[in-house]
Amino acid sequence: MISADLMAVLPELFLACAAIGLLMLGVFRGNSATQLVSTLSVVTLIVTFALIALPPRPETVAFGGLLTMDGFGDFMKLLVLIGSGVSIVMAQRYIQREDMNRFEFPVLMLFATLGMMAMISANDLISLYMGLELQSLSLYVVAAFRRDNLRSSEAGLKYFVLGALSSGMLLYGSSMIYGFTGTTNFDGIAQTFAASAGNDIPIGLIVGLVFLCAGLAFKVSAVPFHMWTPDVYEGAPTPVTAFFATAPKIAAMALFIRVLMEPFGGLIDQWQQIVFFVSAASMILGAFAAINQSNIKRLMAYSSIGHIGYALIGLASGTEQGISGIVIYLTIYVFMNLGTFACILCMRQKDRMVEGIDDLKGLSKTQPMMALALAIFMFSMAGIPPLAGFFGKLYIFLAAIEAQLYILAVLGVLTSVVGAFYYLRIIKLMYFDEPAESFDRPIGREMTAVLIITGVFTLLFFVAPGPVVDSAAAAAATLFPG
Amino acid sequence: MIVQALAFYLFAAVTVAAGVMVVSARNPVHSVLFLILAFFNAAGLFVLMGAEFLAMILVVVYVGAVAVLFLFVVMMLDINYAAMRQGFLQYLPVGALIGLVLVVELALVGFSWVASSPDAPASLAGVPIPPIDEVHNTKAIGQVVYTKFAYLFQMAGLVLLVAMVGAIVLTLRQREGVRRQSISAQVSRTREEAVEIKQVPTRSGV
Repeated sequence: MISADLMAVLPELFLACAAIGLLMLGVFRGNSATQLVSTLSVVTLIVTFALIALPPRPETVAFGGLLTMDGFGDFMKLLVLIGSGVSIVMAQRYIQREDMNRFEFPVLMLFATLGMMAMISANDLISLYMGLELQSLSLYVVAAFRRDNLRSSEAGLKYFVLGALSSGMLLYGSSMIYGFTGTTNFDGIAQTFAASAGNDIPIGLIVGLVFLCAGLAFKVSAVPFHMWTPDVYEGAPTPVTAFFATAPKIAAMALFIRVLMEPFGGLIDQWQQIVFFVSAASMILGAFAAINQSNIKRLMAYSSIGHIGYALIGLASGTEQGISGIVIYLTIYVFMNLGTFACILCMRQKDRMVEGIDDLKGLSKTQPMMALALAIFMFSMAGIPPLAGFFGKLYIFLAAIEAQLYILAVLGVLTSVVGAFYYLRIIKLMYFDEPAESFDRPIGREMTAVLIITGVFTLLFFVAPGPVVDSAAAAAATLFPG
Repeated sequence: MIVQALAFYLFAAVTVAAGVMVVSARNPVHSVLFLILAFFNAAGLFVLMGAEFLAMILVVVYVGAVAVLFLFVVMMLDINYAAMRQGFLQYLPVGALIGLVLVVELALVGFSWVASSPDAPASLAGVPIPPIDEVHNTKAIGQVVYTKFAYLFQMAGLVLLVAMVGAIVLTLRQREGVRRQSISAQVSRTREEAVEIKQVPTRSGV
């Protein structure tokens, strides 16, 4: 019995043991081992990736219904592992340069990843919360990791206070749900609705659901719970921002999808309005608020708010097609974002990081390859065919139209046009303005590798979208039994 | 039975009195000490209700950790409490009004609860709580926390580990010029370098 449970969570188990082992290694070897711990962390993530991707993993429920293992979860976990792994790779050189050379950094990233995997697999309100807290607590610390820097400390503190508030809302909602259904298990909650056949749902339960949605919307940084995002993205060390923009977003989105589709699938009429509003507001704010930004990390924060808005359209549709659209969108989003942040991490002048958008002026003349890569990512984020970002939006909008959410689809297209302005402005700065000071070179082999891989994925996605689209469809199908 | 009732009124009265003293004591350290008294008596109330596990947790966590932490904060931070108290009378009517509203609401809830003679909600009927006269609640928790909820227990452990690592990362600083105990240096000292034997002639001093 117990061995079956342990086999089901083998990747998580391996990750947890490896993280603790690396922590011990760091404690005994001191900060001189940071490089080693970093490298081993990446190896750990690769092995975890292989443990999920390679062996056949039957759909099971582990630990008496606390965790569920299914195709959807596995796909999302793979995305999270890619995001974390690449972030650690990109951070290696940065933490040495910027006086953050402490071995706890990669270890905390591993624990955050473990928390995300627990979130994605959660099948119970309590395990949901445990995963979420493990993730958030690690993230608060890495946000404030540069403790001698005022902005970094501010980012960590702000994230912590607002994160604690959102956790409180989530817990309050969970307690209401538990009170009115008598169970914390997702299957149990779904059965209560099946038994009552959708009529006379207690109002307290709806209130609980709303609070739960508010807590989760905070974690994906959707409007109106987005206030922390720009400050935290700007203040946190850049590799941490790259991490924030990818892995935790994927995990929180997966959790959002699972919570709304599995236990509360029967209440779609209730939560559809919430998701509808949150999605529309995020798209609009993401498009308009980013126009005036001069700091590229802030710009990416607003851009990520907008992207979450688009992804939420798929959730609002509540259909299998919508969910597979989100999965495709998030896959493309991870690659685009990692590539963009790799470019931002290369923005160094005279050994100092610069973050102004104006610093990119004339990049095409000083560093044509990097300018080309950044241009690809910006075109893709703006959703210009035939780049990957276009297909992400395409599948989402198709799902919205199928589900007759015409307003959201139209709003999505309109805000994409507005958003295209600021993405294209960066390209204009790089290609048509006179060069400012050039950036430091060389950028490092690992950065080149990240840029090439993400760039090629974004550029050539349209040649063979099959594997991603098919596996996304298969992943989404596991959420819709029968 | 009468002993129980007496104990209840004793604990309840002391709790309320200590609560009043927490907000009215002039010296903040006294406030914290009264808070600890209130915690202890609340723990007594829990024991009377048969919730001995909660009582233990209250003493261990709140008295042992939280109250001591408060005490540290109060003693280490130099806050002018007299200035903070200014305007107390000015805000009293508003505070009293809010308190009154809360009391009325609480009373309404209590009366409606009694009036409707509540059975447990139908949804809670299936929850397997062992009856209290068969299994004490400490034992009941122990029976599930390491078996059914072992996963959650381990996760909680990891959360605490991360909290500890985080606290160390964010606050521990290596300072120069601090004399630390170096056990290996102490142990590897030899007799030759530590002890010197001198022949001292009698009646002449060193």
